[in-house]
Amino acid sequence: MHIPDGYLGPASCGFFYAVMIPIWALAAKIVKKTLSVRQVPLMAIGAAFSFVIMMFNIPIPGGSTGHAVGGVLVAILLGPWAAVISITIALVVQALLFGDGGVTAIGANSFNMAFAMPFAGYYTYKLISLNAPQVSGRRVFAAGAAAYIGLNIAALLTGIEFGLQPLLHHSASGQALYCPYGLNIAVPVMLGEHMLIFGWVEALVTSLVVKYLQKHDPALLSGVVK
Amino acid sequence: MKTILKFWIGLGILVILSPLGLIIPGLLKSSSAWGEWGVEEIEKLAGYVPRGLAKLSSFWNAPVPDYAFKGWEEKSLTQLSFAYIFSAIAGAAAVAALAYLAGKMLTKKKN
Repeated sequence: MHIPDGYLGPASCGFFYAVMIPIWALAAKIVKKTLSVRQVPLMAIGAAFSFVIMMFNIPIPGGSTGHAVGGVLVAILLGPWAAVISITIALVVQALLFGDGGVTAIGANSFNMAFAMPFAGYYTYKLISLNAPQVSGRRVFAAGAAAYIGLNIAALLTGIEFGLQPLLHHSASGQALYCPYGLNIAVPVMLGEHMLIFGWVEALVTSLVVKYLQKHDPALLSGVVK
Repeated sequence: MKTILKFWIGLGILVILSPLGLIIPGLLKSSSAWGEWGVEEIEKLAGYVPRGLAKLSSFWNAPVPDYAFKGWEEKSLTQLSFAYIFSAIAGAAAVAALAYLAGKMLTKKKN
């Protein structure tokens, strides 16, 4: 789901940087108020976990590959705003050092995976686990469902961004200048493969970590680092 | 703090296992992620290279492209796996350090 350089036109790249700059600034402002000093090591490992989990490419036999992001797990443990910062850092390192995701697309990739995903996931988790005790099975389910929804929202947005390119940028003869596939292909492919396969991996990883924490360190699920 | 230590150990295990993310897609003959093709791949798929894409795709020259060392395209899977683990360690360390620094800066003057 890492949009590379060249797939989005300059207008889309600029648009998403422009959208993300105030979001990053707001995230810094809110995290300043809400993050405790003891949570800082957890934020470091959450960001590193997201980086590493994205290296586990999951194949569709004979087809393409995809991966989990870990963005909803970080949001459950540290809140969505800290997740914005954590996942953005992972995406920036991926783009700059490893060419995974374009540098011109850092704004768009951050919007999808570091903003939309943790927020959609976090509020889904809150909604489903409403009033449930910290160690209830409902919270494990909520974490899985939230992760599934979070990743698929990110995939849908990525598909829309890819798919809009042929409409926004084409030559006089109608040839696309950037991503050559329109909404009719990009959206069903991106959403379909994440709904069928990668979303379940995201759900499994997220709910397993929540289940583990319920057993061994439930306080962490309420944001208390011992 | 015990849980954080366990998380680090878990992350270490993931790093060692990370080449699975390289090897298994190869075994199952899976290609790149959708929309992440190189210029040659896209020419095969779409029948042409979109002009803007051709120009912008080389916008950035990453030092360790695709988690492999430059010039290692033809190396064995063992060597590529080594490069993959190296990338996982270097990348995770960079990400953890930056997130730690960001966290420290944002929680300055607290407690």
